[in-house]
Amino acid sequence: MTDTVASKPEGTSPWGRRLVVAVPYLWLLVLFLTPFLIVLKISFSNKVVAQPPYEPQLDLAGGWQAIKDFFAGLTLDNYYAIFDYTENIEAYFSSLKIAATATILMLLIAYPMAYAMARAPKTIRPTLVMAVILPFWTSLLIRVYAWIGILDREGLLNASLQWLGIIDEPLEILHTEIAVYIGMVYSYLPFMVLPLYASLEKLDETLLEAAADLGCPPWKSFWQVTVPLSLPGVIAGCFLVFIPAVGEFVIPELLGGSGTYMIGQALYAEFFPNLNWPGACAIAVLLLLVLVVPIAIYQNVQTKEIEGRA
Amino acid sequence: MAPKPAQKALGPIRRSFAPWLDPSAVPLIRFENVVKRFGDFTAVDDVSLDVHQREFFSLLGPSGCGKTTLMRMLAGFEHPTSGRITLAGEDLAGVPPYRRPVNMMFQSYALFPHMTVEQNVAFGLKQDGLPKPEIAARVAEMLRLVKLEPFAKRKPHQLSGGQRQRVALARSIAKRPKVLLLDEPLGALDKKLREETQFELMDLQMELGLTFLIVTHDQEEAMTVSDRIAVMDHGKLVQVATPGEIYEQPNCRYVADFIGNINLIEGTVESAGGGEVRVKGEDTPGAFVCAGDAALAQGSKVALAVRPEKMRVSLDAPPADATNVLQGEVWDLAYMGDWTVLLIKIDGSEKVLRVSRANMTRTEAKPIAWDDRVHVWFAPDAAVLLTS
Repeated sequence: MTDTVASKPEGTSPWGRRLVVAVPYLWLLVLFLTPFLIVLKISFSNKVVAQPPYEPQLDLAGGWQAIKDFFAGLTLDNYYAIFDYTENIEAYFSSLKIAATATILMLLIAYPMAYAMARAPKTIRPTLVMAVILPFWTSLLIRVYAWIGILDREGLLNASLQWLGIIDEPLEILHTEIAVYIGMVYSYLPFMVLPLYASLEKLDETLLEAAADLGCPPWKSFWQVTVPLSLPGVIAGCFLVFIPAVGEFVIPELLGGSGTYMIGQALYAEFFPNLNWPGACAIAVLLLLVLVVPIAIYQNVQTKEIEGRA
Repeated sequence: MAPKPAQKALGPIRRSFAPWLDPSAVPLIRFENVVKRFGDFTAVDDVSLDVHQREFFSLLGPSGCGKTTLMRMLAGFEHPTSGRITLAGEDLAGVPPYRRPVNMMFQSYALFPHMTVEQNVAFGLKQDGLPKPEIAARVAEMLRLVKLEPFAKRKPHQLSGGQRQRVALARSIAKRPKVLLLDEPLGALDKKLREETQFELMDLQMELGLTFLIVTHDQEEAMTVSDRIAVMDHGKLVQVATPGEIYEQPNCRYVADFIGNINLIEGTVESAGGGEVRVKGEDTPGAFVCAGDAALAQGSKVALAVRPEKMRVSLDAPPADATNVLQGEVWDLAYMGDWTVLLIKIDGSEKVLRVSRANMTRTEAKPIAWDDRVHVWFAPDAAVLLTS
């Protein structure tokens, strides 16, 4: 980071600078790292019927012996236990599959949307961005409930289609995987559209003119120029929706049926009905390990992108 | 075609290449009554222009004069509101940019940031579906031509401004277009590099035998590189001529003023005939004589245009046969090394004339200094008579 040092403005104290840098780190330490360490610790604990429902507890008053006992009491059993239930394994795979499919669907829907937004007249672009963000003004839960009303046997969709005479029998959409996909795509689409829009909007249109000038028709320059240059947006958008989609709980719980059991639901089941906090924490930590790989790829691409521009 | 012995040559004759003087020559590019309007704004106003094969042609004018629009219409990025553009006899109307045998070097270079230098240069060749070995050979040749072989694997952001300019050039000539369009190609380079590149461009044009159409607002650049220059103003062609003609025989005040420096002496015609025109000064006191055959009515308003280097200045009285003599006082003086520029306020008026002297010796016995009283004069054939 020699650049930042070199560009340090005269007269700025290094303390003021460090303080500014420290704020996000402090935030991450208190609100991310500490809770994660607590979850990690609980995942190595044993389930007990007590309050809190796990042991050992660390009691520093007991001195060195208590600390030794505490570490001796930790166990990997919860992780083995995950694999004892095929349901859990299936939930992991179905979560990854549903999240990946939903991500691809969103990319296919969001790319033309973002492209149209980026090519729209400059004056109406802020309005279009606003329209994409607008659903966030209502709680996710309410919006997912609204989908129940739409997709239900007697819901809006079936009623409309029957009224139009397109179908005779109501479609069974609610409580199927299709409903989960609809919910996922609907809920996460803005997170895909916005990074795509950001990368497409700053695409220099003279590059497309240059491509045309060199004999490249528009349909080819889309693949040879536009798509490669919007790749950072594609990658950002995909990870931004894929990672939370894997751990999604509300959408499969409300819109899905018995056929869609995702890892968020498995986690919920362990945590609340079973009161198995250590088991739930082990599932959460394992999920994080599964997701660390795509997160690391994402970070790597982002860093490269930033370096590429410098 | 050599100039006829009877006719005096205007400016240096760069080479004996002047197809525009040959009535039987078929031009490569023809703009026929081309008009381009954007809403209420007329960017290009009834332009008719011929550009010949192997010509280095400049469109020169201030920003907003329509020169870029004219070029973009040839490239196919804009469509004429009316009129016709033909290239090698083919009407270009309805031909999309990607099927036109012209290539453009963009002002911003428009290099593909995600491709290496090599891939950028190869882009156009790939579109033509040339076999791979041929593409590789052509790319290597182009990179050699612009001296960028060591940078073949670099991305544009790893290059300097001058190197990017060369990549853009290599990419635009790789397909051997019938016409190469250059949009302010050297604008982003510093002065020295720009001058070097101008000469390289000329060499390249000779070597490849391509037709170059360049858009620029830099008159020095246009003078340096062009066979002919079209001076544009408010969407109209004002004068189309060789650099020498444009400089020595501007056809109106606008061109005279736009190209280089010039002194304009406003006046009215007293008499005309016998190869000379006598003019009574209006903003400058005195009577002037100017060489010219123009049949001008007495009393018509004209301007005498005299280039600073064609005016003589001296502390002593001018020779007895000197014409158009004025007296004045040195107001300002700028020593430029090769030239010294003097601003001289003429007695009995507000007129300030700009006179430049070549510094042909290192020292002077009687140097001219600030506030010195001087004589200024110019020969009858040093002045150009302008009526518009």
